[in-house]
Parts: sequence; structure tokens; C-alpha cells
Amino acid sequence: MGYVTMRSRAIASGGGDARNLHSLPSYYGANAAMMIAIPSLLVMVLWMLLQPMVIQNTVIKLIPDQMVSEGSSVGLVMSDVRRIADGLDAAVAQGAMSGQEAAGLDAVETDVRSRLADVGVALGSDVQAPILAAAQKYRLLSQSWRAAMVAVVLVMALAGLGFAYRQTDKDFRARNVVEAGVKGLLIIAASLAILTTVGIVFSMLFESINFFRMHPWQDFFLGGSWAPNFRGNSDLSILPLLWGTLYISFIALLVAVPIGLFAAIYLSEYAGPKVRSAAKPLLEILAGIPTIVYGLFALLTVGPFLVNIFGRGDNGVLGVDWMSGATSVLTAGLVMGIMLIPFVSSLSDDIINAVPQSLRDGSYGLGATHSETVRQVILPAALPGIVGAILLAASRAIGETMIVVLGAGAIARFSGNPFEGMTTITTRIVSQLTGDTDFASAETLVAFALGLTLFVLTLALNVLALYIVRRYREQYE
Amino acid sequence: MTDVANSGAPAAPKAAKSLLTQDARTIKRNRAETRFKMYGIAAISIGMLMLVILLTTIIGRGTGAFQQTFITLSVPLNAEKIDKTGNRDIEEIKKVSTFGYAPLLRDAFALKVAELGIETDLSAKDMANLLSKDAPATLRDYVLENLDQIGQTVEFEFLAQSRVDGYLKDRVDRGSIANDKNISAEQLDLVDGLLAAGTLEKRFNISFITGADASDARPEAAGMGVSMIGSLSMMLVVLVLALPIGVAASIYLEEFAPKNWITDVIEVNISNLAAVPSIVFGILGLAVFINYMHLPNSAPLVGGLVLTLMTLPTIIISTRASLKAVPPSIRDAAHGVGASKMQSVFHHVLPLAAPGILTGTIIGLAQALGETAPLLLIGMVGFIASNPPETIAEGLLSPNSAMPAQIYEWAKRSDPAFYERAWGGIIILLVFLISMNAIAVMLRRRFERRW
Repeated sequence: MGYVTMRSRAIASGGGDARNLHSLPSYYGANAAMMIAIPSLLVMVLWMLLQPMVIQNTVIKLIPDQMVSEGSSVGLVMSDVRRIADGLDAAVAQGAMSGQEAAGLDAVETDVRSRLADVGVALGSDVQAPILAAAQKYRLLSQSWRAAMVAVVLVMALAGLGFAYRQTDKDFRARNVVEAGVKGLLIIAASLAILTTVGIVFSMLFESINFFRMHPWQDFFLGGSWAPNFRGNSDLSILPLLWGTLYISFIALLVAVPIGLFAAIYLSEYAGPKVRSAAKPLLEILAGIPTIVYGLFALLTVGPFLVNIFGRGDNGVLGVDWMSGATSVLTAGLVMGIMLIPFVSSLSDDIINAVPQSLRDGSYGLGATHSETVRQVILPAALPGIVGAILLAASRAIGETMIVVLGAGAIARFSGNPFEGMTTITTRIVSQLTGDTDFASAETLVAFALGLTLFVLTLALNVLALYIVRRYREQYE
Repeated sequence: MTDVANSGAPAAPKAAKSLLTQDARTIKRNRAETRFKMYGIAAISIGMLMLVILLTTIIGRGTGAFQQTFITLSVPLNAEKIDKTGNRDIEEIKKVSTFGYAPLLRDAFALKVAELGIETDLSAKDMANLLSKDAPATLRDYVLENLDQIGQTVEFEFLAQSRVDGYLKDRVDRGSIANDKNISAEQLDLVDGLLAAGTLEKRFNISFITGADASDARPEAAGMGVSMIGSLSMMLVVLVLALPIGVAASIYLEEFAPKNWITDVIEVNISNLAAVPSIVFGILGLAVFINYMHLPNSAPLVGGLVLTLMTLPTIIISTRASLKAVPPSIRDAAHGVGASKMQSVFHHVLPLAAPGILTGTIIGLAQALGETAPLLLIGMVGFIASNPPETIAEGLLSPNSAMPAQIYEWAKRSDPAFYERAWGGIIILLVFLISMNAIAVMLRRRFERRW
């Protein structure tokens, strides 16, 4: 609305001729819309954030201390209050109670629980008088605050409109103002990336600190066993998990690096354009397949296949009995290796292509064969970049979840036997955080500490790899 | 100088041989050359082989899920059993639970077997056990919708139970059922009889694509439909949030940002976020969206928010690349006719970069669609999403699963019948991914412009 009126006012102030204005008429309208919307929306958001806190503080004072019994907390009582208040709201909304009645309910005279149950709000226990009073106060406060918010926001919007009205004039530089506003929005969008990182770090840091308050850090970083016990007092050490993670990643790299590297060398040095344009996208399909597919492949195809070869005693192919279950380090490692082939190959391919042609020509000129050139000239020249690519693949392997959740097993142990099941950091995060989680126990919070370790580990690998790759690129530019 | 050196030195023995015969060392070097080349070919073939194995496994194991065994029965909708009072009051008929419908099925089955003249020692109850546990519910739903059919005989196609289905798909045979209490050899004999009579047949099962998940005891009734809706609502959230924010962020970074340490930090941040393990985003979602902001657990909205944060770096990186590809001459021309920087970007650069942005967005969405790990942490597994949501808001806020999470859920169950469903689910998921990528490639081919 502001947009349209300001646009026409601007045209009018220019004497009906848009050429007299400083900016296009639509900018005056946009300016007005901005003036109206941005401050009032800002106030609304702030208000919504602050309101619960203020109301909570007032209401908590209403709750007598003896209500907060042993083993419970103010927070629990408050959530009761909130639930009753919501229940009363629902009752009023459905017409089961009038607003007056809801405000004047008396816990002694009426059975609040059954009346609320009638409108579909189930309460755990009978309602006590102070809590009901608190809930009524809560409702009253939130209603009045909401009304106040609407009023303030409307006033802000009108003030914005008035301000824009006064501003709008043929000499007013509306375009500059609007563009500054849009630029502000762009900056906010760009900084969201930082906000995400900050969110990641803080969300894990706080819970990790809580965890270390409950659990000695020496045990977490230096202890030798992982045995969560939901009655508490469990052994929670990251070392066996770290061992499993690194072992599986190592096997994955053992598969992916030779295959990926040779594929990259062949594609960039030997293959003709036709083979290259066919083979490269096909290999990259492997990277685009969701990891859940690889997980299922590991659990249901590769695992039983390996058991057939290495297990089952005399019925197996080799007649040995090394492997008892389908989930093992080898299963997860092999499948993860397949997934990583395209990571290694396409990065190495780029890097090998970046080696200047002059180096190759020089080598051929000295009489070297193609393979000698590759081994003795190109690979050494590309080595830093290839190491970077391998590090990136390693960070992928460490952070990979679905393949190990389905394929690697659940027992934490130090063992060198690749036919045994082992567990990893990511699998334990999943198992500690799925299902009913209780954010007051060390067994749940340990997942955040594990997550933080994982984040730091992969971040370090990534930064190192990017640094190496970037340095390498600069070398040849 | 060379003349002098040559004349002084004795002629090398090599020179005596023709240039056309290779000496031992050259042969060795050439062999090494061929071997090296073979390694490369071998590596690529291994990669291709893995792809082929993977795809054939998926197709070979998954196509079975699209077929299901059905048993055709004529069920007399006996009014005495369903509607005792006879007044066709829907509230009263609703009181008859699925157990009340089981006898109807038993009678119908016994009648059918007698009609076909198959001899069996099985009791009517054992015969009816060949039907899915879902069958009474199917019958009841039909009756509640068609009250006027009560008292008549209606022909139904019921799902057969999963062991019967497995028998027709060679997953179950007479040897493997020795200790199975769900089915006996006599029942399989009856199945053979029914199969020969055409009462029992295996055919395409649309409800695998449209239906909801089912409990452990009824793998034959489980379908992907509801989790597909869950996935689509998440994609909606991702599209609505990630596309505008990603494009705005990349416009700022590419066109406006001054070169200083703040923008450097943002850039390093974005490239690092792209490499953060997805499970870490799940932890973020759990801690921030569910624990702190109290958004509903297991809701596609929360899943969508988490996936938005994951997809943003991908979209930003590809958008920046396509903005960079627009030549500076376009911007200069816009400035030349008096456009402001903002106008030149929004009126000229952005439309020209749009196909590239769209391609990047589709690829980002495809990645998000296949992501599982963060969804496990925000609780989108471990329950049965039974009813499709009715409104968009409900679709966003009520607990639901997602396609990859549903596949994971099936893979964790113990009955092999669910494994087949998991592979089938993967086929559906891959069909989505392939079509999204194909659209992206087509867009690129159609609108790509080289300057």
C-alpha cells in the first residue's frame, strides 16, 4: 500500500513528469515499503524472542518453593504450567470454556484435568492450585503482551509510513537508500554461512562442556574402553572408536587411492577424448550415489560375500573360519573405498592436467617413454596436489556415517583383525543420539564431545588439504 | 669437436646393430610402458565393474518389491457379523474391530478352496493365514466406505503374507521353512494349488509406491508413499530457503564484497562447510532446532532446515561460478547507460546466470534428497509413518520419515522380506536422483552460453 501511494506521490512532486525525479518512481515505493516493513518486523522478532523470557520470570515468582520438590526442577514445573495454559487456550478455542471461565477456574472446585482431557489435552497428574494460578497468570500475561506487541508493531509501521511520506520528494535519492537496504540483506545472507559454523561449534561446545563436567576428560581422551551403560558410571573413551574409524578409513584409502590414482593417470595421459568423456562421468556416478545405498550394499551384498570367502569353515570358498558376521572392518572399508574412487580420481585428474605441458615435452625430448615421464616427471610435480586430494578423501572417510552404521558392526575394540566388527565415532554418535535421549546423562552428551572431535579432525584435514592444493596451484600459475 | 671425439673412441658395439631391432633394455622399457598403461585400464575397469555390480545388485534385488502376490477371494459381507443390529449405522459398524472381520475371511477362504477342489488337511484358520495380516483391515475399510454392499458378496484381491510372496519369488523354499512358525509345508502345497488355479498370482503392486510403512509383522503391506511425501516436503523447505539465501550470498560475495579479511573469512568458511561431515549438521539440528528452539521432533520442517544448511555451500559455490562466467562487458554496458551496480546485477547479470544457478540448485537438491545421517539424529526414523498428511502445514510439522531414512529403517529390520523392500526403495530414490540430474544436464545443454 505504502509502495503505491509513495510512488504516486513521488510522481506528483515531480510535477507529474517522471523525468524530474532523482530515481525511478518504483524506488520511492520500495523505499516506503522498506521503511514500513523492516523496523516493524525487527521489533516483532525481538519481541517474540524476549516475551517468553520476561513472562517466565514473572510467573516463576508465583510458584511457591515447596512445589519444586526433590528431583524435579523449576523447568519441569514451568513446563507443567505451560501445558496447562496451552490446554486452557485450546479449551477456549474449541468453545468448551468461555474466556472468563478459564481465567476464573478454581483448582479446588473444578476437576481441571478431566475438563482439559475433554478437549484433547492430556495432563500427567492432577492440577494443584498454585500451578493453576501460575498458568492463569501465564495466559493473562501472554495475552496482554501479544496485544501490546500488535499495537507497537502497528505504530512502528505507521511511523515508517509517515517517515517515508515526509522523505518522498523529487530530490530524495530513493534509489541509493533502497540499494543500501538490499545490500544489507545480501550481507545478512552471506554471513549466514558464518552463523552456521558458529552454530555448529557452539551447539557442540556447550554440550561437550556439560559432558566434561559429568565425566573426567582424562577417561574420554586417554581411557581404553567404550562401554556405555545407561545406569550411569560407564566407560566412555574415544580411543577405541578412533582406532576403528582410522582402521576403516585406512582400508578404504588402500582401495581408493591406487584405483583412483591410476584411473586419473590413464584418463589424463593416455585416454582419447572419446574414452575420457565417457569414462569420467561414469566414474563420477559412484560419487553421486547416496551413501545409504552403499550401506545397504555393504550389509546385504559385500558382507555375505566376504563371509562366503573368509568364513563358514569348510563350507566357505577358502575353507577358513576367520569371519563370523557380515559386518566387519573389511566390509565397510571396501565399500567405502569404492565410494571414494571418484573423489581421488577427479581431483587427481585436475591436478595432473594442471602440470604444464613443457615439463612433459622436456621429458619426451630426453627420450623418456610415456610411463617414465608420468612416473618421474609428472607425479613428482603433481605430488603435493595428489596428497591434498588423498587428505580430502581421508576426511570424507572419517566423517562417513551410513556405510559404517550398516556395515561396520557395533563393538568397540582394539584389534588388528580386519574380519572383526568394529565401531567408529560416527556410528556411536548415531546410536547415542537416536531414540529417547536424555540431555542430562553423560551417555547422551558424550555424542556431542565425539561430534566436536570429529568436526575438529575433519576440519583440520580439510584446511590442510586446501592449503596444500592452493599452494600447488599457485606454483604453476 | 665431435669429429675428434668420435675418431678417438672405439666404435660402440651397439652401433653394429640395426636401429630396427630393439635391445634388451628398450624391450624392458617398452614392457614397462605397456604394463603401466594396463594398470590404468585395469583401474578404470575396476571402477566401472563396481558401478555395474552395484547397479545390477540394486535392480536384481529391488525389482521384486514392485511385484506382490495377491489372492483373489469372494467374500460374502455377512450382515450378521458386521452389522448385528441391521440398521446400517456407521458408528455401530465402526465398533466391529478387524478381529470381527477375520471369520469372514476364514469362511471365504475355505469356500474358495472347496470350490476349486483342492484337497488339504489344513484348518480354515491355517488357510486364512496365507493372507496378509493386513487383509481384515482392507476388508473393514471397504465396508466402512461402502455400507450399501453389506450382505452382498464382493470380490477382493488380498495381499498374501510375506512368506507366500517369498515362495513365489524364490526367497523361501521348502527347506528353509523347517523352523518357521509362520508357514508350513502343507500351506505351501495349498499355495501351489491356488497358483495353478489362478486364484493366487504375482503382479505389479502400486501400493509399494503410494502406500505407507507397515509394522514388523506385515512386510507385504509396506510402501514408500508417505516417506516420499516427507522427502518432498523437506525438498520444498530446502528450495524455499536455500535458493534465495544462497543466491543472495553469492551475489554479495561475487559482485559487491570488498576484498578484506571479513569476506575472506566468509569464503574460507563456505568452502569448509561444504566438507563438514553430514552427521555434524545433524548434531547442529538436534541441538539448535529441537533442543533450543523446541521445534517438533521428527518433523520434515526440521529436516528441511538441516538440509538447507548443508545445501547452502553447494548452491553458493555453483552460483558464484555461473555469476563469474557472465562477461564483464555486460556489466560495463549496463553501467554505461546509467544503471547502478545493483540494477546491472539484478537486471542483467542474474538473468544471464540463471540457468547455471538452477542447475547447481537441482544438483544440490539431489544431494540433499539422498542424505540420511542427519535425519537419523533429528528422529526421522524408528516409527511408522502410517497416514499421509492432509495439509501442507501438517506435512511440514507432523512426524514423518524420508525416503533414505525409510530405507535405513527397513534395512535394520530382521525379516528378509524388508530387505527386498529396501532395495526397491533404493530404486525409487535413484529414479528421483537420476531424473533430477537429467533435468540439470538438460538445462545446462539447452541454455548454456559461451561468451
